[in-house]
Amino acid sequence: MKQKFDIITSTCVPLPLENVDTDQIIPARFLKATTREESFFGENLFRDWRYNADGSLNKDFVLNNPKYSGEILVAGKNFGSGSSREHAAWAIAGYGFRVVISSFFADIHKNNELNNFVLPVVVTEDFLASLFDSIENDPATVVEVDLPNQTVTNKATGESERFEINGYKKYCLMNALDDIDFLLENKAKTEAWEDARR
Amino acid sequence: MANTLFDKIWDRHVVQHVEDGPEQLYIDRLYCHEVTSPQAFEGMRRRGIKCFRPENIFCMPDHNTPTHDQDKPIEDEVSKTQVDTLAKNAEEFGLNHFGMLNPKNGIIHVVGPERGLSLPGMTIVCGDSHTSTHGAMGAVAFGIGTSEVEMVMASQCILQQKPKSMRINIEGKLGKGVTAKDVALYLMSKLTTSGATGYFVEYAGEAVRDLSMEGRLTLCNLSIEMGARGGFIAPYEKTFEYIKGREYAPKGEAWDKAVEYWKTLRSGDDSVFDKELTFKAEDIEPMVTYGTNPGMGMGISESIPALDSIDEAGKASYLKSLGYMGFEPGQKLTGTPVDYVFLGACTNGRIEDFRAFASVVKGRRKAPGVTAWLVPGSWMVSEQIKAEGIDKVLEEAGFEIRQPGCSACLAMNDDKIPAGKLAVSTSNRNFEGRQGPGARTVLASPLVAAAAAVTGVITDPRELN
Repeated sequence: MKQKFDIITSTCVPLPLENVDTDQIIPARFLKATTREESFFGENLFRDWRYNADGSLNKDFVLNNPKYSGEILVAGKNFGSGSSREHAAWAIAGYGFRVVISSFFADIHKNNELNNFVLPVVVTEDFLASLFDSIENDPATVVEVDLPNQTVTNKATGESERFEINGYKKYCLMNALDDIDFLLENKAKTEAWEDARR
Repeated sequence: MANTLFDKIWDRHVVQHVEDGPEQLYIDRLYCHEVTSPQAFEGMRRRGIKCFRPENIFCMPDHNTPTHDQDKPIEDEVSKTQVDTLAKNAEEFGLNHFGMLNPKNGIIHVVGPERGLSLPGMTIVCGDSHTSTHGAMGAVAFGIGTSEVEMVMASQCILQQKPKSMRINIEGKLGKGVTAKDVALYLMSKLTTSGATGYFVEYAGEAVRDLSMEGRLTLCNLSIEMGARGGFIAPYEKTFEYIKGREYAPKGEAWDKAVEYWKTLRSGDDSVFDKELTFKAEDIEPMVTYGTNPGMGMGISESIPALDSIDEAGKASYLKSLGYMGFEPGQKLTGTPVDYVFLGACTNGRIEDFRAFASVVKGRRKAPGVTAWLVPGSWMVSEQIKAEGIDKVLEEAGFEIRQPGCSACLAMNDDKIPAGKLAVSTSNRNFEGRQGPGARTVLASPLVAAAAAVTGVITDPRELN
């Protein structure tokens, strides 16, 4: 959903698993919708980890643990690998997350998050390990993600890191603009390029 | 210093560098299937705009299509709606559409190359990570999200950071029973599923050049499973021979002109890659996966890695993965009973894959207790199977051939592996629940799949001859 992004200060939901693929984020059987109903996808975020085969809640899964909540998902490295399905980003946004913190993201999923105004924040392995420890020690641990200054801060330990994002995308996020707006404005350049190729 | 082939194709398509941002890249071909396109069309309607270059967009349903009775209405209402929606959208926006019973229909990544739609030097995208397949034709092809599909519909362009370049050389000759699929699974087992993230991969070396076009399509298909944006192989004579005469390929003078250009599409001898890796073909044996991502693979004669070989941060994921599969560290997989065998998908649903499968099962019988789904990648493959008499060989061995589609690769149609059952599958992903909730997947080549189908257990196909 197009929305302006500035500073997010929130508690976190920890998912200390590596290589979480987009089939886990949203299984293929939930991809049959023909509209962008983020709430539907959000309800089925991590469906097969969140629910048992009989449809009951899996109490061991972190989203079902009342201790953890917030707008920030913290995940192990190589988050969002596999399928290009943007439904995974819709599910994350639909659930209410606005930031995903990991030490490494798969390329396509990272773009999909950005295109849905969810901010992927890449941190070092050490920062991530320390953040998981903080959250485990105190689920009320707060993290501040400051997009204008490109910093992420673990308020429990005071550790802070700078994260990368290109200036164009940062501007888009802070002003709720998307790439299609840009491309439509630049049609003349595209046509000129086509003419030059002929 | 010469540019790499990747630079040559990419740079030629850059419309502009966005200040402090990505590049605006022109796209020659957009493919759309029914799963990742409806919300893009919805966005186009909301903005009240038409497709900028509709003639360059080709649509076909493949993920939801049933693999039997395609002449009857799709039973699953939601699947039917998604397939019908694609047809309606293609008509409304004036796009090329190959519907379910159209002889041109099939899995989008099988159809593009076989119809001559995917050509050397092109930029090709689709809302599907296995778009990397088309790189085998010498194109820069990559998967994108639905917002990006909408970008291409609206402007024939995409905003994208240029990936880094990597060359992977496979030197020497592949051994008997070792296929392109094994090469890919071997590479993933060495690089992990994130080893090539951020890169575009050029495959090179004797073993790669020796691959048939079908084998190259399989290798490039799996680039995404190493995390790469895409993978490609420089076009050579073999590529041109494959393309010549295909329906949408250039003809006459246009053909000569195209080939002349295509011959320039190669990296220079002194091209420098951001990363370069070399492997020996002789080190690769038939491969199987044992875990829940495609990087968790091993030679069929090897054992599942011991727990102490896994780094601390990865142990929880490793144990979760083996727990799901019902395997133990240190275990061998040969001799493990198999419930299902799946031949097909954009990875291994081409004619060569059916020839390979038939070569193993010829004169043998399907093992009792094994359910086998043999699904051609397209109607064209299906017709060729019949023309070559492969259907007879398979039928005599107790197998039936189904109708084309993505099928059990991701189980969006009825072809779901039941919970707890073990499948040897020629598809591309062994993620938890990928082939159906609770399904357990061992990825392998068509030869290993065929050996499992006739013996009922995981078997080294080299031991069957």
